Amino acid sequence: MPKYMLIMRGTDESNAALMAGFEELAASTYQYIEDLVKAGVFVAAEGLDDAGQGVVVDFSGETPVVTDGPYGETKELFGGYFMLEVASKQEAVEWAKRIPAVTGSKIEVRRVAGEDEMPQDTAGSIEERARRESNGQI
Amino acid sequence: MGTADVEAVWRIESARIVAALTRFTGDFGLAEDAAQEAVAEALVSWPLAPPANPGGWLMTTARRRAIDAIRRRTALQDRHALLAADPAVDSAVDEEIDPDRIDDDILALMFVSCHPVLSREARVALTLRVVGGLSSEEIARAFLVSVPTVQARISRGKKTIAAAGVPFELPAAGERRERLGGVLSVLYVIFTEGSTATSGDRLLRPDVAYEAIRLARTLAALEPDEPEVHGLLALCELTAARFPARTGPDGSPVLLEDQDRRRWDFSAIRRGLAALVKASTHGLGPYGLQAAIAAAHASAPSVEATDWDRIVVLYEALGRVAPSPVVELNRAVAVAMATGPAQALAIVDDLIALDRLPGSHLVPTVRGELLARLGRRPEARAELELAARLCANQRERSVLLRKAAALG
Repeated sequence: MPKYMLIMRGTDESNAALMAGFEELAASTYQYIEDLVKAGVFVAAEGLDDAGQGVVVDFSGETPVVTDGPYGETKELFGGYFMLEVASKQEAVEWAKRIPAVTGSKIEVRRVAGEDEMPQDTAGSIEERARRESNGQI
Repeated sequence: MGTADVEAVWRIESARIVAALTRFTGDFGLAEDAAQEAVAEALVSWPLAPPANPGGWLMTTARRRAIDAIRRRTALQDRHALLAADPAVDSAVDEEIDPDRIDDDILALMFVSCHPVLSREARVALTLRVVGGLSSEEIARAFLVSVPTVQARISRGKKTIAAAGVPFELPAAGERRERLGGVLSVLYVIFTEGSTATSGDRLLRPDVAYEAIRLARTLAALEPDEPEVHGLLALCELTAARFPARTGPDGSPVLLEDQDRRRWDFSAIRRGLAALVKASTHGLGPYGLQAAIAAAHASAPSVEATDWDRIVVLYEALGRVAPSPVVELNRAVAVAMATGPAQALAIVDDLIALDRLPGSHLVPTVRGELLARLGRRPEARAELELAARLCANQRERSVLLRKAAALG
C-alpha cells in the first residue's frame, strides 16, 4: 500500500493562531489520530519545533555553510507531518481534508516513492551480491 | 469529484455506514444493498455536484434507500410500516456519531462477516466487501475468480446470515474469544493469499496483503486487550517487511538466503516488533509464536547469523499449541539450519511415512534440499522435479526446476 506524507505548512499568522487555540487543537488532533489508527492507515505523526530554532546547512559553496533558520524568503514553514498508508492519492487527500488545521495553513500531500520504483540493480545491490558471492554465501 | 474520489470516501466511510444501517434496520443484507445503492448514486451525481460533506451524504442517501426498501416491504408487514414512518428512526441513525458506538458497530460487522455459518470463501468475500469496502471487481482480481462468482458468494453469504437469524451484536464475552479466532483466521487467509498467491503467475499480491494488514490494525485498535490480535498483526507486518526484497526485477522469487536485507522495510519491522511485545503479555499463542519466528529472521543480519536454535524452540512450542504437518516441515527446515540436514531428513521422512501432507509440493521441496545438502544428488533432483510437478504457482515452479537442473 502506498505511503503518503501529509505535510503541515503554516505561516507566521497561522502558527500564532495555533498557539492561541493550542489545547482545543491538540484535543481534536488526538481524536484525528485515533480515527486514523482505527482505520488502520496511521503510520506516524510528528510536529517540528519552532523554525527559529532550526539551522540550514547550505551546499551552495565548496564547503557546507551553516546558518540559523528560518529559511530566507519562504513564507510557509513545515510544521509537522502525518504519515499514512492508504490505497490511493484520493484517499490521502480525503484524510488530509479532515486534519484539524488552523485557518491560513496548508497541507501538502506527497507520496513516498516505493522501493519497487527504485532502480533494482543499483551499485549497492550489485556490490552486496558480489560480497556474498566472494563469501561463498550464494 | 471523479470515480476515484468517490471510491476514496467510500473506503473510509463504508464500514461505519453499513454498520450503522445494520443496527438501524436489523438487516445486514438490506444495509449492505442500501449502502451500495448510495455509492452508485454518488458515482453519478458527485461529478456534477460535489457534496460539502461526502461522508454525511453517503450516510443520508444510504439511510433513505434503506427506508425505501423497508417501505416496499410494508405491503406485507405493517410493523415495518410503523418503523419506517417513525421519526425515531432518523434519530436512531444519528446515533452513529457516538464514537464508542461506532467501534462496537465495526467490531460487530467483523464478527458477522466472519460468522461460522458461512463458508470460508463467503467470509473472505464479505469481510473484504463490507469491512474493507472493496468492490466485487477488486475481490475477484485478488482471488483470481470471476466477478459473478464474487457477487454470488456475497449475496449467498447475506442470505445465509439472514436465514440463520444472526443478530447484529457483539458475541457474548464467553463466546467472543472463540469467535475472534475465526475473524483472525479470515484475515490471515486474506494476508497469505496476498503474500504467496496460491496459483497464477505472480508471487505477490501486495494490495491484498496490505488490506489484511489494514483490517488487522483496525481490529488491534478496537480489541487492544486480545494478545493474539497483536500476534497476527505482528506476523503480517514482519512478513510484509520482506516484500521489497522477495522478488527480483523480473518478478521471480528471491529466496531468503539471497535477499538483500537492506531492502527490507525497517519501519514495518519496528511496527511488527512493537506489536509482538503487546502480543506477549500472557505467553504467545499460535500467531504470536509465528510472529516471534518472523522476528528472529527480521532481526538477523544474515541467514548464517540467524538464531536457528531459538527458531527450533519456537517451532516446537508452535507444534504443541497448534500442531500441523506444515509446522513439522518448517521445524525440519530450522533443525537443518541449527544442527544439520540428517536430523531434519528424519523429521521429513516421518511426515511422509504418516502421509501427513499428501500432494503438497512443500514436502518434496524440503526433502530435495536436504538430500542435496547431504550430497545425494540424483535423489535430490528427482524430489525437486516432483515438487515442481505438484506446485501450482508458476514462479515457484520455475525456481524448483532451475534448482533441479543445477543438480545435473
